[in-house]
Amino acid sequence: MRRLSSWRAREARAGLLLVAPGLLLLALFLALPVVAALLLSLTDFDLYAIGDPSTARFVGLGNYARLLHDPVFWKALGNTFFFVLVGGPLTVSLSLGSALLLNHRLVRFPGLFRTVYFAPVVTTLVAVAAVWRYLYHPRFGLLNAALGSFGIGPVDWLGDPHWAMPAIVLMAAWKNFGANMIIFVAGLKAIPESLYEAARIDGAGPLQRFRSITVPLLAPTFLFVGLTTTIGYFQLFAEPYVLSGGEGGPMNATLSVALFMYKQGFRWWSIGSAASIAFVLFAVILAATLLQRRLQRGGDA
Amino acid sequence: MRAIACGLLLAAATACARGGERGEAVRLWAFGREGEVVRELVPELERRHPGLRVEVQQIPWTAAHEKLLTAYVGRELPDVAQMGNTWIPEMAALDAIEPLDARVAASAAVRPDDTFPGIWETNVLDGTLYGVPWYVDTRLVFYRSDLLAAAGVPELPRSWSGWRAAMEAVKRRGGDGRYGLLLPTNEWAQPVALAVAAGAELLSDGARHGAFRAPEFRRAAEFFVGLYRDGLAPPLANTQVANLYQQMAAGEFAMYVTGPWNLGEFRRRLPASLQGSWATAPLPAPDGMPWPGVSLAGGSSLVVFRSSTRKDDAWKVVEYLSEPATQKRFWQLCGDLPARRSAWDEPALASDARTASFRLQLEHVRATPKVPEWEQIAAKVWERLEPVARGTRDLDASLAALDADVDAILAKRRWLLERKAAGEKP
Repeated sequence: MRRLSSWRAREARAGLLLVAPGLLLLALFLALPVVAALLLSLTDFDLYAIGDPSTARFVGLGNYARLLHDPVFWKALGNTFFFVLVGGPLTVSLSLGSALLLNHRLVRFPGLFRTVYFAPVVTTLVAVAAVWRYLYHPRFGLLNAALGSFGIGPVDWLGDPHWAMPAIVLMAAWKNFGANMIIFVAGLKAIPESLYEAARIDGAGPLQRFRSITVPLLAPTFLFVGLTTTIGYFQLFAEPYVLSGGEGGPMNATLSVALFMYKQGFRWWSIGSAASIAFVLFAVILAATLLQRRLQRGGDA
Repeated sequence: MRAIACGLLLAAATACARGGERGEAVRLWAFGREGEVVRELVPELERRHPGLRVEVQQIPWTAAHEKLLTAYVGRELPDVAQMGNTWIPEMAALDAIEPLDARVAASAAVRPDDTFPGIWETNVLDGTLYGVPWYVDTRLVFYRSDLLAAAGVPELPRSWSGWRAAMEAVKRRGGDGRYGLLLPTNEWAQPVALAVAAGAELLSDGARHGAFRAPEFRRAAEFFVGLYRDGLAPPLANTQVANLYQQMAAGEFAMYVTGPWNLGEFRRRLPASLQGSWATAPLPAPDGMPWPGVSLAGGSSLVVFRSSTRKDDAWKVVEYLSEPATQKRFWQLCGDLPARRSAWDEPALASDARTASFRLQLEHVRATPKVPEWEQIAAKVWERLEPVARGTRDLDASLAALDADVDAILAKRRWLLERKAAGEKP
């Protein structure tokens, strides 16, 4: 008995020793910065404090209170929700659609198409944005030329506050759908062919097979893809940053919460206020994730 | 812990190695096109001072500000750098840059009396000089002289009321889709230049509070938003102007308030047939005030960093770049206008009527408020005026909101000033 417990203790010690480097790294590079950021968010750390730390003052929840009264923050939050609620479903349905197509028996060269659809995911965003800026050019852009042939007037994609966010949604969906598509393809491959065969023998049509076999068996994949896309899209930053020259314009129409945070922090050097935005964004993402999980679990039942 | 200790040792070792390697070279940071062109000026400086080596690092304008601050935090600042003159108050607040009064007093090359006074003034904070002007920048009117002449306006009027009448005449003649003036709604320089011309102080009480409800600012703002309200200027953000030069050439806008970089652009981008049909003029003045109207003092200065270990060599770079002969050469290379008056005797500069307008305007420029918060305040100016320009908000309500925004931005400054005053009391 004693031998066993001492062996256990030794094993526990060894285990602890083995995970120690990992824990240390996590503590150093994750826990410590998070705690530091939380403390920062309770101060008015700014440009003056960079020069002389003694000028930083503890302001309690002042940064958070000010944020809630800042119309620009609400605008940024609204833009971010628009991006998540429109861009998220659009990206996921594009991914699912292309995965279903690729998984179809009649499609030739699925490997080629998989690579082609996946290519935007691994392309540098800055290069992608440069090309899309040409596509969106109000006078010489391909997109407006295409719309023009249907008699639809020129749209000032990136200049008009009403169209700038949809333009970013479109580009992001194009760039990102390939990643989810690969996951959906894997999910589809995991569904045993025998189920479809049995359904066919029972006389189920293609739509019914999709509804009764594909959808329920793909539910875990859906949950995963939905969550990662939502979380990723809430952190929208690079797309508006490169398309609006770092401003989030026109008229803050493409200002996302993360871009707002960046501007507060590294443009105006209001580090304390930027840290508080980070925590609000974290809370929003956490709430959205919990809600989404509950909704999808509820849907299953 | 060992890993950290090793890391620190390693960092220290590389720092030493680098310090030794760079021992001789003075590090100069310059931004954008200036950073590219200044390299061509370096050989002459190195020829004059054997043993002096200058290492130029070019930084894109979009990254410059961030790079300066991160370099400050990381103690990696160069010895000498170009500095947009609105950034000087910030660098001075960080105590990152060296006061230069003594060096200027002892220098034969740097001459305050030969520099445009409004430009020089942007480098002086509470009586201390922190930078030496390198090249200058201000806003004035670029216009299509043919369109104005066709509308019965032989030259750009000198008063606001005359200016407005000229826009009305152009608009009447041009009809729909034609405007007197292009005035992007998302730029602060134009409304602020108008306000400065009207005598607005912008900030009050030692830059502790916003003064945007003052009658001078209100007068300028009223003039500014009136141009949109009456259809004389299109309510467009600069991102909505697809191709400025094509649209200027097509006659969509007859006038545009902008800076010296457009001298070259207009020459390059307007078709040859229009090259005789555009001109520049100093800003018109508010009625009852002397012409030309005051504009903004812009441009870049050269600063020496406190952290530098080669300040004497760094100062040689500053002296050399501010010499009239170097400034002439610099102008030939990139078109940046010289800060030294005597550099303007260069025949190509002196004989060109378009640059002569800048020469005159530069004698009538004023600095924007010299506080680190200015760029943030400036962004608020257009953010608050834009809805008024687009007709969705009342001017007085917007100005009150602007003052409130600015008071909030300046809260920390007020506290610091109070603390300083309390500390100074015995």
